[in-house]
Amino acid sequence: MSRPEDILPPDLFYNDLESRKYTTSSRIQKIQSSMTHRALSLLSLTSPSLILDIGCGSGLSGEILSQTPDQGTPGGPHIWMGFDISSSMLGVALEKEVEGDLFLADAGQGVPFRAGTFDAAISISAIQWLCNAETSEESPVGRLSRFFGGLYASLRRGGRAVCQFYPKNDEQKKMVSQAAVKAGFGAGLLEDDPGTKNAKTYLVLTVGGGEVDGDITGVVRGMDGVDVMDGRRKGQQRKRGEEVKGSRGWILKKKEQMEKKGRVVKATSKYTGRKRRIQF
Amino acid sequence: MKLLTLNFLTCAIKTCKTSPASFPLHPRDAELEIIESEINLPFLRNILPRLMWEEIRVIASELGLPSLPTTPPTREDLVEGASQAQATEQAEGEAVAEVEEVPSQTAKDLHRILLETGIKEGKLVCGNCAHEYKVMEGVANFLLPGHLV
Ligand SMILES: C[S@@+](CC[C@H](N)C(=O)[O-])C[C@H]1O[C@@H](n2cnc3c(N)ncnc32)[C@H](O)[C@@H]1O
Ligand SMILES: [Zn+2]
Repeated sequence: MSRPEDILPPDLFYNDLESRKYTTSSRIQKIQSSMTHRALSLLSLTSPSLILDIGCGSGLSGEILSQTPDQGTPGGPHIWMGFDISSSMLGVALEKEVEGDLFLADAGQGVPFRAGTFDAAISISAIQWLCNAETSEESPVGRLSRFFGGLYASLRRGGRAVCQFYPKNDEQKKMVSQAAVKAGFGAGLLEDDPGTKNAKTYLVLTVGGGEVDGDITGVVRGMDGVDVMDGRRKGQQRKRGEEVKGSRGWILKKKEQMEKKGRVVKATSKYTGRKRRIQF
Repeated sequence: MKLLTLNFLTCAIKTCKTSPASFPLHPRDAELEIIESEINLPFLRNILPRLMWEEIRVIASELGLPSLPTTPPTREDLVEGASQAQATEQAEGEAVAEVEEVPSQTAKDLHRILLETGIKEGKLVCGNCAHEYKVMEGVANFLLPGHLV
């Protein structure tokens, strides 16, 4: 199967026709939606946040970010801003009247927001495009470095980013992850369905926060369901399905146990398990 | 483009990164629009400490909007009768009490200006390099010619 980024630059590949075909395909909608939910679960947001969507396209992920916890979006509804290099893709997003703000921008040129703007960032099926430089003045390494450098600065301390992408090969996977680490991120790679044709690669990035190691093998501890490709940190990892104490999932499980014992339990709502902030 | 976004966007040009004049970008020939949305109190509370209030005031006045108070609202200002909003704690750290918080007029005003008021057409101009970013249908064009990256 040929890769679109080997055929044309992204703004030409995603023209009006392709953008419409892409957005209306129920197969694509389904895949992008499930990857967005996966990325959201890795972001572990507990309350409405400011999120950047890189390569937001027609807003398939954005629509999910705007939903409530009852509709399946943890911590939502979030406020998001998205940018994309294809004006046709953004045109489709405008037609759909998505709630986020949209920009025409090239991730390889950086991220034009002031330091500490976002709580989190998400990018679904986009950053493999950065590995292709369109002109001789640009190099993939230069573009990746401007992107991750800008992204790192635009996230607040303790913020996270999850980038699902389609690396062409191991070399590309490494080039992308290393660029993120070089920018200062704590980084880990997570692979769903490895070795199958449905394999999905997620680059999980954290900003500051002490507990994260600077190298690619040091994945954020305590993050649900992250399997690091490198086995060195396995010991510290949470088993799949095990809930973090005090998390929403943990509370729901406890409630279920209590109910089974015949205890009266408060009804679950969108506030259940939310972090309570200090009241002034 | 929401005015909220203008409080975070900076000039994309490399040489402007270190110049304080590259933020905020200044709207020019702006046509405004109001797009109503549901108020999101927890979001307002979250974003409040991250806002650069003086810059919001500057932009509002440049756009000819009613002038904003000189001091930013506090989180406390966002809810009606905040003192009742006390959650009780039950067994094993379970958060139970749910108090429906009522957004104050301040919260509604903030929502109006930051999330419902936007620039539909016009441009955004960098105060340092004078580069103009066009806004069309609410979408700003931040693509740079190669030599400016
Ligand atoms: C497969 S689509 C994914 C769109 C959207 N994230 C989704 O999940 O539906 C890839 C998107 O990445 C965008 N893209 C490619 N290179 C880009 C770049 N350098 N900067 C910004 N967006 C880019 C394309 O225009 C396209 O909209
Ligand atoms: Zn500038």
